[in-house]
Order: sequence, then structure tokens, then C-alpha cells
Amino acid sequence: MELLLSLSMGALAGSGVWLLLRPRTYQVIMGLALLSYAVNIFIFSTGRLRVNAPPIVEKGMEVDPAAFTDPVPQALVLTAIVISFATTALFLVVLLASRGLTGTDHVDGREPEK
Amino acid sequence: MMSAPSHLIIAPILIPLLAGALLLFFEDRERRLKDAVSILTSAALVVVAAVLLFRTGADGGRIFVYLLGNWPSPIAINLVLDRLSAMMLLLTAVLALPALVFSIARWQRAGAHFHSLFLFLLVGLNGAFLTGDLFNLFVFFEVLLAASYGLMLHGSGQLRVRAGMHYIVINLAASLLFLIGVAMIYSVTGTLNMAHLAIVLQGLEGESRFMAEAGAGILGIAFLVKAGSWPLNFWLPTAYSAAAAPVAAIFAILTKVGVYVLLRFSLLLFGSEAASTGFGEQALFFVGMATILFGAIGILASQALGRLAGYSVLVSSGTLLAAVGFAQTGVTAGALFYLISSTLTLSAFFMLIELIARGQDPAADVLAVTMEAYGEGEEEKEEAEEVGVTIPETLAVLGVSFAACGILLAGLPPLSGFVAKFAMLTSMFNPDGVGEGVIRHSSWWLASFLILSGFATLIAMTRAGISAFWARIDGEVPRVLLVEMAPVAALLAMTVFLTIGAGPVMRFLEAAAADLHSPQAYIQSVMEAVQAVPHAREVLP
Repeated sequence: MELLLSLSMGALAGSGVWLLLRPRTYQVIMGLALLSYAVNIFIFSTGRLRVNAPPIVEKGMEVDPAAFTDPVPQALVLTAIVISFATTALFLVVLLASRGLTGTDHVDGREPEK
Repeated sequence: MMSAPSHLIIAPILIPLLAGALLLFFEDRERRLKDAVSILTSAALVVVAAVLLFRTGADGGRIFVYLLGNWPSPIAINLVLDRLSAMMLLLTAVLALPALVFSIARWQRAGAHFHSLFLFLLVGLNGAFLTGDLFNLFVFFEVLLAASYGLMLHGSGQLRVRAGMHYIVINLAASLLFLIGVAMIYSVTGTLNMAHLAIVLQGLEGESRFMAEAGAGILGIAFLVKAGSWPLNFWLPTAYSAAAAPVAAIFAILTKVGVYVLLRFSLLLFGSEAASTGFGEQALFFVGMATILFGAIGILASQALGRLAGYSVLVSSGTLLAAVGFAQTGVTAGALFYLISSTLTLSAFFMLIELIARGQDPAADVLAVTMEAYGEGEEEKEEAEEVGVTIPETLAVLGVSFAACGILLAGLPPLSGFVAKFAMLTSMFNPDGVGEGVIRHSSWWLASFLILSGFATLIAMTRAGISAFWARIDGEVPRVLLVEMAPVAALLAMTVFLTIGAGPVMRFLEAAAADLHSPQAYIQSVMEAVQAVPHAREVLP
């Protein structure tokens, strides 16, 4: 499972960085989205990968911490997802505004001279 | 028993949050109301910050810890108030008030929800200065960045949208780096509480330590982007010069947030008594020097005043970064003084530039166009006269303010810019008291860079001043209102007070720097923070 996760993170981050460096705004926003997926999976994995282990301890019971998974990264990743979702939406608006004002989807607002 | 005033610590976050949310319920047409509420809010923030500052400085310095949700430390997400954070809170509030007053005249009309965004920016700033938790720092950073994206685009127009787009992409990428760094540090330490982190880091060995240091390095890059350090700063002059004047005035403190976090982290986690002592110090020093150099060249090369101010921001943060990397108590104290002085000056300068450029620049036309787009063009004339009287002798007042900004930025006597640079240079060459201690090699380099960057600023400011005031071809005097000039004058007056009161201020900052360089008190107060006793349980025996 570790191998699969690392490979998918690598693929997402690699494609994300490549797209981020492209000149079209749509490519940039896709790049940011892919990068944030990679980062989210990375945060999730910092709590160590466990199968069939719940993150929440039931109230009033004697518990063995080893039977539970770390809840903190899961909480962090939720926050990170919400924030990156919101900022992506905001960037989409700016992207459209820029397209409307300049008439091109180039990140510099004008086509490069041939 | 926790007395009620201890809740005052969270007030700098709650007050603007509530006020900003409240203002969302009103339409933008209710300008008087919005102006009044937001100005009252920022005035309240000044008062709260001053009270907090006074309390941290009382009886030999105290550190207050506020446990959110009343969980036991170190599990609780906490707010920590020490001298440095109190100082930054006050500086933020003091910048916010003039910028809001300035916006009354015309700028708040150039787009939607100006006041709410501005107040949310203050929420993020104050939160970032107060938090003692790494992940909460991320959240507050995102709050302030999200608000700053909106403000950056305030007034719209092609130039702003383009600069804003670059600004947003860079900061989103930096936020992702921030998250990676936090996740790496958490994976080996299992804590996000900054004080607890400092303790856990000392016990790390081998690969875990390597991982933690790598995480801290990535985190550092994210903060260097915010601080505008070379080579991560090419977006900054364009973005700052494109932003609306009151927005740029409050943006003057945004780069300082990055510097603040770097200062706190590098000394808390890698200070003299931590295990990985001095991690990243050299890198910070060299990056800072490179930023000074880049900024100074940029200042000399700038044609427009807006870009000149943008590059001055770079010189200022470069100086601070180099001083942080220098890691010596006296220099840190001087750097904190420089931080206050240069932020006040830059904020005043950004507003002043807009006033000077009004008569001669296409920026004014852009504003007129956007105002028309918002359907306010026709009533604009009468409104402008309602707001305040035009001041006579405009050029003289503008000229004097411009000269004051030049003196402050270049660090010439008699104003506070000089005091700040003098304090840094003195400590550099007298490490252990006057004439004592070995002068480090890097002192000479930093000293010469400081003086050369001041000289470059002086040349550029003189040149710009001559062309703006003495060689005007069109001969048109810009129309400046009293409410626009007063904030600039107030900020400059504050630097004068800073110069007169340099003694007490410097003593306070020296104590703050000493706290930073020996963070045991900080760590101890956080780890031993007592929970509040709930009222119901308090009455029982």
C-alpha cells in the first residue's frame, strides 16, 4: 500500500508542477489542483497507514491506543481540503476576469510574440 | 481563577471577525455606516493592542497563554501573547486605522465589500501573530491571504487582475509548501504546538531529526515567499504597485508576517540551546543580503514611484532577513526597531505616492473608469466635496512628506530610520558591550550592504522627488483632500514619536529580543499553562 500511495503522490505532484509551469491559466489551475491532491494524500499518510483502525475513541471506555489510528492528520487534511477548494474557486473567478479583460488565457495577459 | 481580562487576548481576532461579518449584511451603498463601523473597529483594536502591550511589558515581562476550548496544554490549540506578538498586534492596528481613513475619500467605492475584506485581513494578521500552534498558523495565513486576494483585486482593471493572478498563484503554491513542511514535521514529532515542538526536537536522533530539519527547511521556503526574499520575489513590486493605495498601505505589513514567523521559529526551534543549533541561519543571512542587493538595484532602476516603493519593501525585508540570520540579541532588537520604522514609512509612502501621482498618472484614469463601471461616476463630484476640504499649499505638504519618507527609507538622521540602522550597526560592532567581543566577518558585509542600500535609496528618492516636484511640465497641482493627507501625516508623525521615544521603545525591544533568544520562558509558560476552572465546578469544594 505504501508503494502505491507514494507512486500516486509522485505522479500527481510531478504532473502538478509541470502544469503549474505552463503558460495557460487553465493549465495552471489544474496544476494547482493536482498538487493539492498530492499534498493532501501526503498529510494523510503522515499518520501512518493503518487498515481497520478507527480514529475516534469512544467515551468512558478503557482504550488501547495501539488499536486506533492517529486522528490529527485526518483533521488536518479536512481543513486543507476545504481551504484549497475555496482558494481554487476564487482563482477560477480571477482567471475568468482576466480572460474577459485581456481576451487571452495566457498568464501574462498577452500572447507571446512569435 | 481566570479573571475576565485574560479573555482580552482573543479580542484582536474576534473584534474584526465579528465586525467584518456584520458588515456583510449591509449593502455597499451604506457607506457612512461601513466607514464608521470599520474605523471604530480598528480604533478598538489600537486600544486593545496597547493594553496587551502594556500588560506584557509590566513586572519584568509576562507571557500570557490562552487555551482555546480549555483543553490541557500541550494538547490545546493555544494563543500566546509575549512582547513580540503584542508589538506586532499594535503595529497592525496602527497601520489599519490610517489606511481605513484614507479609503473614505474615494477608494472604498472602487469595488465591493472593501471593509469586510479589510477587517478579515486584520483577523488573519492578528491570528498569525498570536497563535502558538503550527497548523493554526496555516489557517490564519490562509485567512489573511484569502482576504488579501480580494483586496489586491479591489478596483479591478487589467493591470490589477494580471498582477493579482500572479500573486494568487505564487501564494497558493507557497501554501502547499507550507502544508508539506507541517506534515513532515508532524510525522516525526507528533505535535503541532510550537513550544512542545521545541522540546521534542531536542530529543530527535538520526533520520527523524533529518526529516524534521527537511520539513523546517520547506516551511522556511514558504515563509521566504511571503517575506518577499530573493529569488522568490519577482511578483512583489508589480503586485504592490498595482494594488489600490490603502490596500498597498496595509500590505506593507504582509511581508513582515513572513519575517516575524521566521524570526520566531528559527530562534524557538533552532536557538542557541536547541539541538540543531543555528539551522538555516546562514541561509537566511545570505538570502537576506541577496534581497537587499536585488532591492537596491531595483530601486535605482525604477521609473515609476509605485515600483520604487515596491523595491523599498524588498530592501526592508532583506535587511530584516539578514538581521534574523545574524542571530545576535542586540542586532535582533535593532531589527525590530527597523521593522516598526520601515513598515510605518512604507505604509505612508504608498498612500503618498497615490496623491502625488494623481495629477500625472494614468492610474487616476483607471480609477475613474472602474468607478463608472460601478455606476458611481455621476455623483462622484459632489460626494468628494462632502468628505472634506481640499488642503491649500498641496505641493508643499506633499513635498515635505515625500522628503520625510526619503530620509526615513534611506536611514538618514534625524528620523527613526537612522536610529534603527544605528542600533543594528552598533550591536554588530560591539557584540558584548561597547568595544568588547570579536567582530564577526559577516558584520562588515552586512554593514556595507545596509549603508549602500541606504545610499541607493537616497539617490532614487532624490531623483524621483526632483522630477515630481521641481520639474513638473504640466504644472497641474493634484487635488488632495484633508482625509487623504491626514493619515500620511499621522504615520509620519508616529515615526517622529518613535525617534523621540527611542529610549523606552528600544528597552522594550531589547527585552523582546532577549526573550526570543532564550525561549525557555516561552516554552515553560506554554507547557505549564493552567486551565480555567469552569464556573460550575468552581463553587464546589
